[in-house]
Amino acid sequence: MRNVLRRREAGIALALLVVIGVTTAVQPGFLLSAGGWRDLLLTPAILVVLAVGQAVVVITRNVDLSVGSVLGLTAYLTGRLFMAAPDLPIIVVALVAVAAGALLGLINGSIVAFARVPALVITLGTLYVYRGVTLTWAGSDRIDAGDMPRTFLGLGTRQVLGIPVLTIVAAIVLVAVGYYMYTSRGGRQLYAIGSDPDAAALQGLPVRRRLLWAFALNGALAGLAGVMFAARYGTVSSGAGTGMELQVVGAVVVGGVAIFGGSGTVAGAALGAMLLLTINRALPVVGIPDFWQRAVVGALIIGAIALDRVLANRRSRRLAAARDAAPPGAPPGAPPGSVPPGAGPDDREEATA
Amino acid sequence: MPNAAPTLRLEGVAKSFGPVAALRSGTLVVRAGSIHALVGENGAGKSTLVKIVGGVHRRDAGIVELDGEPVDFAGPAEAKAAGVAVIHQEPASFPDLTVTENIFLGREPLGRFRRIDRRAMREGARDLFRELGVDLDPDRPAEGLSIADQQIVEIAKAISLDARLLVMDEPTAALSAVEVRRLFAVARGLRDAGRAVVFISHRLDEVADLCDTVTVMRDGEHVSTDTVTDVTPDELVRRMVGRDVAELYPKMPSTPGEVALRVEGLESTGTFHDVSFEVRAGEIVGLAGLVGAGRSEIARAVFGIDRYDAGRVAVGGRTLRPGDPAAAIAAGLALVPEDRRLQGLVTESSVARNVSAVARKRLARLGILLPDVEARLARDWSGRLAVKAGALDALATTMSGGNQQKVVLAKWLATGPKVLMVDEPTRGIDVGTKAEVHRLLSTLAAEGLAVLMISSELPEVLGMADRVLVVREGRIVSELSRAEATPEAVMRAATPGAARSDTATEGAA
Repeated sequence: MRNVLRRREAGIALALLVVIGVTTAVQPGFLLSAGGWRDLLLTPAILVVLAVGQAVVVITRNVDLSVGSVLGLTAYLTGRLFMAAPDLPIIVVALVAVAAGALLGLINGSIVAFARVPALVITLGTLYVYRGVTLTWAGSDRIDAGDMPRTFLGLGTRQVLGIPVLTIVAAIVLVAVGYYMYTSRGGRQLYAIGSDPDAAALQGLPVRRRLLWAFALNGALAGLAGVMFAARYGTVSSGAGTGMELQVVGAVVVGGVAIFGGSGTVAGAALGAMLLLTINRALPVVGIPDFWQRAVVGALIIGAIALDRVLANRRSRRLAAARDAAPPGAPPGAPPGSVPPGAGPDDREEATA
Repeated sequence: MPNAAPTLRLEGVAKSFGPVAALRSGTLVVRAGSIHALVGENGAGKSTLVKIVGGVHRRDAGIVELDGEPVDFAGPAEAKAAGVAVIHQEPASFPDLTVTENIFLGREPLGRFRRIDRRAMREGARDLFRELGVDLDPDRPAEGLSIADQQIVEIAKAISLDARLLVMDEPTAALSAVEVRRLFAVARGLRDAGRAVVFISHRLDEVADLCDTVTVMRDGEHVSTDTVTDVTPDELVRRMVGRDVAELYPKMPSTPGEVALRVEGLESTGTFHDVSFEVRAGEIVGLAGLVGAGRSEIARAVFGIDRYDAGRVAVGGRTLRPGDPAAAIAAGLALVPEDRRLQGLVTESSVARNVSAVARKRLARLGILLPDVEARLARDWSGRLAVKAGALDALATTMSGGNQQKVVLAKWLATGPKVLMVDEPTRGIDVGTKAEVHRLLSTLAAEGLAVLMISSELPEVLGMADRVLVVREGRIVSELSRAEATPEAVMRAATPGAARSDTATEGAA
């Protein structure tokens, strides 16, 4: 399975390279210009942050549909903080927004963990509730670029050594969360919970605490994405981030995180986010009409899920056959086709930044 | 330490699930440095007792003490922390994690900055497997492991916990002879190190081989505790079965007619193999075997819910299309599933709706089902089966288990089946209703219905069936007539390694 996983992320990276390569061949400026290079890295930054958080939740066999609304609310909060206190350091504003996001995530998490209602329903509800809060608060007002400090807006477009700041932020998030998921007890328990929730309870794992934590982390990252949104676009209306939850879930699925939990990596989800947005930008460049652009994204999501099913079915049939083939009394062990021992200690890369 | 308190002491422990008493009076005393066998039929309450010790269930009454201290675990984590390691009957592994991760989950060795030290963890797993003498790749995912390998992972996990009390609920049911020997060596090592071990098994030869003390349970109660050398296996079997079977079950004599259901060479990779049998009209055929032997899977495949890889199913001489339950129903097959709440009933619907659920198509006129037609059908069948419901529009969820089961039976009988397959028809039903269900099945058979009955309760199988087929590890290993089917004979056929004399060549696979 490790090989499959490995191939999975490699496959998405390859698809991404092909898209970039073909588009650049048609229109060299897509990659080989200052603006092209910047857009390639900058456009997916916000979605990558959201996808990393969502992947953590999906790995536990849950989902958080409220992230678009959390992003909208925290982006608006960011603008209002700057309006109320223009001298506040940017880092303080950012931390407040992240904390607000974490709180909203914690609300989702507590309902899911304690009321045992499916996350799909809960977060569909909070999607509307959180959006309603933003609508009531903002009314028809909106935050404009003039309301926020120039240095803050500068972060949205500035580059360090040719790499946009927001992309660096997204990369740090990806590495940190990926490192946590791979190397900590808590991270492995999230996989265990998604793999078999009943067994997790039977093992005495702190299932509720882990779920709360996962939702809070996802909320915090959505809060961070809200700050990034404000910096990047300069204007925030009450509708900011509407519909983004679907894009995020799409990215996570395309990135090979199983929708039924237990497998996949945050790196895959991040690659999925980059692939989706890059395709979105590439299709008009190569002259594909609008209708087909959406159809391609849809096909990608369906294809990713179909691929998951096919791989899983093939694997379980092969393993069942190997089990029957083993002669009675033979030492049980690796069936043919599984990874040989000593395939290398660190070959399931999680945090490939 | 002659006067030391026993490592584990249970006295009069009781546990009920709803109206059903799974454990009436569990009593067990296990001393440090001993291996204690716990034996009994399916449903005797052994697993419930184990789950109470392991913190999965909370007892309703009774005493549980560890080293003389009273304990009351609120969850498995507390039991683990108190030094109790339990290997449950169904191994609970995480398919997406590697074997190593499964063993050390939640207790991974940590390196710098509290990061998991994977090298140490893998070495730990290797050492454990070496100790157990098994060749298992620590880096492979747990998905697709055979039950035997999953058991080995569970055993490795329990050993690595370094617990003072190790409870193994049928650890050897799926192991090969070599693996069993190694497991025994490990268990003896633990005993010599002063740990207490509880060993649950159906294999009485193993009990004699490994254990020093044996406790027999029956119907949720303690029957006897003896030094192993003081009792013969025959005596143990007699105590496990211990009741007069014939009188309880109102089996009417019947004369088998035409073959109603014929199954030939049914095969499903990894689940069951070369299953062939017939059920004749008017006949009740019992499908006996241990839990997990593959009985329910066979029924599900015959009915077309699960797919099979080879073989043929024919009802009334007509071959059924595989994987098509609708065709099976049309041909006259009915399946009352094992878990009526999950698979048999729409608990949020009324009794009338439930009864008519399958017969819908036949009842409907021009595709429309009139409420009074539905009600008439439900009234007929509820009356015949003596369903106790306040009204036909009462919700199924409000009824007792026995009445729910009658509703499920009514639903299938309303389709006018030729063959009725019932899976654990009286599980979780009180004694009175149980007898009613038995009487009903007997009457139906006498009226010419072919009945295939799966049951883990030996007395039920023996009391009801005209013929008994015994399934062991996915194969039908024995066919016994009503006269031949003594409890001892069925248990011997169902149990791997119970009697080496007649099945010596059948190595445990």
